[in-house]
Amino acid sequence: MKVGVVTFPGSLDDRDAARAVRAVGAEAVTLWHGDADLKGVDAVILPGGFSYGDYLRCGAIARFAPVMDALIPAAQGGLPVIGICNGFQVLCESHLLPGALIRNDHRKFNCVDQRLVVENTQTAWTSDFEVGQEITIVLKNGEGGFVADEPTLDRLEGEGRVVFRYAGDNPNGSYRKIAGITNERGNIVGLMPHPEHAVEEGYGPSTDGLPFFTSVLKAVVNA
Amino acid sequence: MTAQIDRPTVDTVGHAAQTPEVDQPWAALGLKADEYASIREIIGRRPTSAELAMYSVMWSEHCSYKSSKVHFSLWGENTTDEMREKLLVGIGENAGVVDIGDGWAVTFKVESHNHPSYVEPYQGAATGVGGIIRDIMSMGARPIAIMDPLRFGNLNHPDTQRVLPGVVAGVGGYGNCIGLPNIGGEVVFDDCYQGNPLVNALCVGAMRIEDIHLAKASGVGNKVILFGAKTGGDGIGGVSVLASETFDAGGPTKRPAVQVGDPFAEKVLIECCLDLYAAHVVDGIQDLGGAGLSCATSELASNGDGGMQIELDRVPLRDASLRPEEILMSESQERMMAVVEPGKLDEFMAITDRWDVEATVLGEVTDGDHLVITWHGEVIVDVPPRSVAHEGPTYHRPLERPAYLDDLQANGTDTLGRPVDGNGLKSDLLTLLASPNLCDKSWVTDQYDRYVLGNTALAMPDDAGVVRVDEETGRGVAVSTDCNSRFAKLDPYTGAQLALAESYRNVATAGATPLAVTDCLNFGSPEDPGVMWQFRESVKGIAEGCKTLGIPVTGGNVSFYNQTGDIAIHPTPVIGVLGVMDDVSRRTPSGWKTAGQVIYLLGMTRNELAGGEWAHVVHGHLGGLPPAVDLGAEQLLGEILVNASRDGLVDAAHDLSDGGLAIALAEAAMRYGVGARIWLDELCERDAIDAFTALYSESTARVIVSVPRSEEVRFTDMCTARGQVHARIGVVDDETDGLDVQGQFTVSLADLREAHTGTLAAVFGG
Repeated sequence: MKVGVVTFPGSLDDRDAARAVRAVGAEAVTLWHGDADLKGVDAVILPGGFSYGDYLRCGAIARFAPVMDALIPAAQGGLPVIGICNGFQVLCESHLLPGALIRNDHRKFNCVDQRLVVENTQTAWTSDFEVGQEITIVLKNGEGGFVADEPTLDRLEGEGRVVFRYAGDNPNGSYRKIAGITNERGNIVGLMPHPEHAVEEGYGPSTDGLPFFTSVLKAVVNA
Repeated sequence: MTAQIDRPTVDTVGHAAQTPEVDQPWAALGLKADEYASIREIIGRRPTSAELAMYSVMWSEHCSYKSSKVHFSLWGENTTDEMREKLLVGIGENAGVVDIGDGWAVTFKVESHNHPSYVEPYQGAATGVGGIIRDIMSMGARPIAIMDPLRFGNLNHPDTQRVLPGVVAGVGGYGNCIGLPNIGGEVVFDDCYQGNPLVNALCVGAMRIEDIHLAKASGVGNKVILFGAKTGGDGIGGVSVLASETFDAGGPTKRPAVQVGDPFAEKVLIECCLDLYAAHVVDGIQDLGGAGLSCATSELASNGDGGMQIELDRVPLRDASLRPEEILMSESQERMMAVVEPGKLDEFMAITDRWDVEATVLGEVTDGDHLVITWHGEVIVDVPPRSVAHEGPTYHRPLERPAYLDDLQANGTDTLGRPVDGNGLKSDLLTLLASPNLCDKSWVTDQYDRYVLGNTALAMPDDAGVVRVDEETGRGVAVSTDCNSRFAKLDPYTGAQLALAESYRNVATAGATPLAVTDCLNFGSPEDPGVMWQFRESVKGIAEGCKTLGIPVTGGNVSFYNQTGDIAIHPTPVIGVLGVMDDVSRRTPSGWKTAGQVIYLLGMTRNELAGGEWAHVVHGHLGGLPPAVDLGAEQLLGEILVNASRDGLVDAAHDLSDGGLAIALAEAAMRYGVGARIWLDELCERDAIDAFTALYSESTARVIVSVPRSEEVRFTDMCTARGQVHARIGVVDDETDGLDVQGQFTVSLADLREAHTGTLAAVFGG
């Protein structure tokens, strides 16, 4: 079982994502932004960070990296892919997921232990959760406000494609408190909070991130 | 409009030799008449304009330590062989390196970026972080964490509202984007910093011992490579103009002298450097910080074989109109200089290419002791590099104990009105909790990523930041920075030792064995004998304190001229202590979690309120003598805390410092929302103090710990056997809402939190 972790210039949480993959007993494979080669991996993580500095719109340049030429069709074909934070922004820029992420409504970078409610356990990355389960993982970003037009939001909710919603106060002005979404098929998930920072006792707010990675192992085995 | 770039004739060495009488702008560049004369003597002619630029920046206070270095012999005199045992690289390199065991080396250093951050808060703070990270990188290490001790003027002053949000956004903007966890630091407010905020930045890095790199150019024929960002016009003269002169109300705008940071470029540079180190293609390396190419070339050559030849026109430029003098002085960020064997050049270039990092061979290491720099084939610099980098002027500035000190020390706290009953004690607690220096700092710290890299075991608001270094064994380090500058104002020798003691204690409180010290010495003008006396006393206090504690100073930074007009800041010797833990998963957090655990206060409490938060907040008073230092007691306490952590005897520990026991109890309760019943009678009787003194004194060498009942006997036996003073003062209790200080007052968690949170947001917005 091999899970690829993409490194763009400016990726920051790629080491953490690889550690999370190893924590559930899978092999982490480094995927380089400049190579249009997925190296035969069974799933892919687009990690957090500031790809290319994010001086333009977040994820806007990374979307054009050669590795995305290989990843986009593979994801459309059903390869499990998760985009975390900057990775979520890249997925939206790539149109693999709808909507966009804009600057937090309070205009500041915000790093907090964030409560989320799991709303969809049918995706490749969330089957080991329970619907309605509350988890606490790290939220840390400056541009985490999820936005989309009303019909898109209605459709996401109507089709059960809102995977995570913020519990408690809205931390960044995301429409309808949406923290993470999936595509129609459920193989692609994007979320702003960071499951990879919650996989080891003592090094993060919880171990609530582990089920993301155990879920995808099952998804691959059962595929 | 003409696109042609005017390239005036350059001032060559030959031209300089023939035109000794040319009037040179040495004064405008910050040099004194005797310094200029000394340059002419060293090189036997007038300097070229390029040489003058180099000497002026390298002989500035910031780069040459000309006012302070005469006092640095105190470090050496107070460093014993035993202290040197763990010291792999000492003072003088980019950063000190210590051996933390299992083949791991850790490097850490704190630096100031005070003046630029006042002029341009965001970029000043951002490039301060960027600069210290490059210092750590240039030792061969992967940077693993940062911290930022910050000091501002009055919270409610309009200019603080200009400076603080920019500084915080700058520290966060750079640190978050480069991907380093920010694990602690300080946010302190005092009127004395109104015109001179202090922005200090600390970085920690780790490497295997065999991977240590040094800044030296040796091996004749080896290539000298500049890599990273292009050189622009930013930060020209930043060193000499900004960091070495006092701000003057009527002066010209100095904005262009502040550098602009690009954290993305530096993140790529980090990964690129680590790949270069791993491939063993780097012989010597130096970052470009203050004084840019002037510093990098002269220091590399001076530390190595002594000779270097550089073709300055090969430097990639962002602005083609830059003159050679400006290129030499530019402080453009995110640049490094490497010395590489010719046979390894191709591999070096392949790695920089992979990271899209521009790398240019500028020249090579040569025989002899000449640093020769050419510009389109003409020699514009020919100097002995040591004279630029290491043989700058040394001043023996006059020192004098300030006359005001006797009156200040005589004006103690005994006449200040104290609360007379439980209600008064409670009211003062809530006032202190809401005060700028003791309030919740999450408005600031939530803007920093404390989780990236996945090794953070403890971060603010705990007593020390703790990060794992070895993912297999859990071996890691704890770091804390501290300074109460009011103590240092009252008595700089004791104040500096109090900062050292607190930082040492914080590291031990987290469960780590203190190992090494870095310091950032922020002072007023060295031309004021009173300031120089404060400086000397502080250095002496730190050096002698370190000797007693047996931990060496490994490096640091001096920042003078933190002064507006005649008003200098309080002496502010910020101390960073680094400690090691075999397994950081055993670190001790500061908050209570488990009901039923017993709370012990370790250490003696005396009537020591001068310079403390209670006198400052409640009475706006500063006077008297600061708390007594007892480094022997700190060492014993440290051993107790480290052993208790290792043996699982304590579940929480929190240092008593600003605001004393009352604040420590409130913080321990608020951390996880678990309260406690507290009784003070036995403590008051033993130490012959009243409840007020028990709660608000800032006596040192004190910590509260919470001990599982199953471990209580073992814990108290250990204290008794080692002679550690301890008193059972309470019990963690989830039935108690907040704190129940028996016979005095009760205060609910909601009231504590209402007071504690919201102070910063009320000023700076949600």
